[in-house]
Amino acid sequence: MLNVLKIALRNLARFGRRTLLTSTLITLGIVSVLLFVAIAGSFKAMMIGQFTDAVLGHIEVHRKGYVASIDTLPLNLNMQPAMVARVEQALAKLEAVEAYSTRVKLGAMFSNFTETTSIRVNGVDPGKEVATTPLLPGRIVEGSKQGPVLKRGEILIPLLLARGMKVKVGDTIVLVATNRDGSVNGKTFTVRAVLESVSGPSGRDGYIHIEDARDLLRMKDAEVSEIAIRLKDPAQLDRVYAQLSKTLTGFAGKSGNAAMAGKGGGAGLEVHTWADLSPFASIARMIDLLTLFIKIMLVSIVLVSIMNVMVMAVYERIREIGTISAIGTPPRKILSLFLAEGLLLGAGGTALGTVIALALIYALNVWKITFDFGQQHGLVLTPTIRAADVAIIAVMVVIVALLASLQPAWKASRMDPVTALGHV
Amino acid sequence: MQLIRAEKLVKTYRAGEVDVPAVKGVDFSIDAKSFVAFVGPSGSGKSTLLNMIGCLDHPTSGRLSVLDTDVGGLNRRAAAEFRGLHIGFVFQEFNLIPVLTVYENIEYPLIMVQDWPAQKRRKQIMRLLESVDMLEQAHKRPDQISGGQKQRVAVARALATDPQLVLADEPTANLDHDTAYRIIELMKRMRDELGTTFVFSTHDPKIMGEAEIIFTLDDGRLHSSPGKAEVVHA
Repeated sequence: MLNVLKIALRNLARFGRRTLLTSTLITLGIVSVLLFVAIAGSFKAMMIGQFTDAVLGHIEVHRKGYVASIDTLPLNLNMQPAMVARVEQALAKLEAVEAYSTRVKLGAMFSNFTETTSIRVNGVDPGKEVATTPLLPGRIVEGSKQGPVLKRGEILIPLLLARGMKVKVGDTIVLVATNRDGSVNGKTFTVRAVLESVSGPSGRDGYIHIEDARDLLRMKDAEVSEIAIRLKDPAQLDRVYAQLSKTLTGFAGKSGNAAMAGKGGGAGLEVHTWADLSPFASIARMIDLLTLFIKIMLVSIVLVSIMNVMVMAVYERIREIGTISAIGTPPRKILSLFLAEGLLLGAGGTALGTVIALALIYALNVWKITFDFGQQHGLVLTPTIRAADVAIIAVMVVIVALLASLQPAWKASRMDPVTALGHV
Repeated sequence: MQLIRAEKLVKTYRAGEVDVPAVKGVDFSIDAKSFVAFVGPSGSGKSTLLNMIGCLDHPTSGRLSVLDTDVGGLNRRAAAEFRGLHIGFVFQEFNLIPVLTVYENIEYPLIMVQDWPAQKRRKQIMRLLESVDMLEQAHKRPDQISGGQKQRVAVARALATDPQLVLADEPTANLDHDTAYRIIELMKRMRDELGTTFVFSTHDPKIMGEAEIIFTLDDGRLHSSPGKAEVVHA
């Protein structure tokens, strides 16, 4: 086999210009695809990170029916303490969970004593919230980023609201909310900081301490609207989601069923990933689809290039094929000779393309290219590509190169030696 | 010992709707270690006959036996294997592989056809290079040597696998007379040294005189050559 490869390599060198052109085409294809995958992947990961690390967390648990009515923030669908305790017990057993944050979500009237507007507010435990959504302090655009992000009696308000209501850090405002029973209560807060808005759900919510939220709503029990969960490794999302759904369905066993379990539900609970809650999930899917489309284009380019070269190689070397066939070279060796040429073309182009692409990805990380997304500015592009992606693309191209060589190689191996020797 | 035996051998080609007879029922036999020429004008059927002996083409009818094998019945793979084991070829246009050196061209059938071990290969190639006086050019490419040298390499390549039979179709047609003569002398010497049967075709009267046995073909039919006492079996 080594000798076949050696002769194949020399044949490629013999038609140097054509080999160079084809290899260049494959190389360019590989570079384009790897760069696209790396940049699109980086963009996608960054966008997902913006949602999960600033607002949503990776997974959220709600009482069943809450998400369907989330626009109205229904207080009657809060989780009761026993239910919360069960979820917390389940989370404690999951190694993959890094942190979680219990939240009370409510709609309120926001008054600066002159004007009034509506606001959606998250009542949170500041420590747990920052552990779950670590980008929260980074969203502070006015006010100190140092120290505790929130104390009792303080509120973080979204930038647009602060501008609209002409409220500054340190001002006192009033939140007025209606509790589950319909009674109204008000409470004053000091503006601790102004937050940059984030695209997507809850991206323009205010934050107060969870105990203040319960006071405002006159909750007797430690109810919770949602539990946001952060994972140690986002790649484990599907596994943890399935595990958590199963566990919580187990707790609910009496009313849970297979259908509910499949949707991550059970025991009157719902489990959702960030993708279920954010409209960006469809954009992420589009990026995946686009990546697949680009990969298909690459494969087509390689297929056509290699086929073209191999068909020409066979056509130009008909007499040579006749000679090697006449002196007794078995058809399978003639087949393997031409397959080897296609393989070497594909492998060479792939190797070179991969090296160039990885060097460019490294350079892009060194150059730190920034871009804006929604209201986030100066996001740094950090293209990365998984070794598995590189391997899959490389193997795919090499296999396609082999497949593209198959027909011309087969034709060469089946050539009648007399006809081939007489070819002009 | 008869190496080749043909009985009522016929080869007819089909050109569109018309049958074109190339060989019209020839009978002949060739003994081992002979130095034989098929002569005749262009289109007389020399190449067709050599192609059939070399298992490159099948007879339309009749029987052709080479080394006691009915080669007319061999399929593509068996024919290739038979050629690789028993027959060497020398072509009019040398047909050396341009990307390989002289050494590697001779080595080619030992690798691709018979898979000889490296040490045995080297010994065989060096011996042949010396025999055809091409040791000095061993590492040159075909485009770096003359036509006569190319044909000497082609003879060496044909003998590389120690075949019992070498077929040479117009081996001197592209060479000047002196060079052609030296190639024929080389082939005869190799026959003497190795005991290999050489069968070649030519239409050059000066070269055909070097053959020990001559079969004359005319319009697909075989005639004995009147000028050769050794002409047999025709």
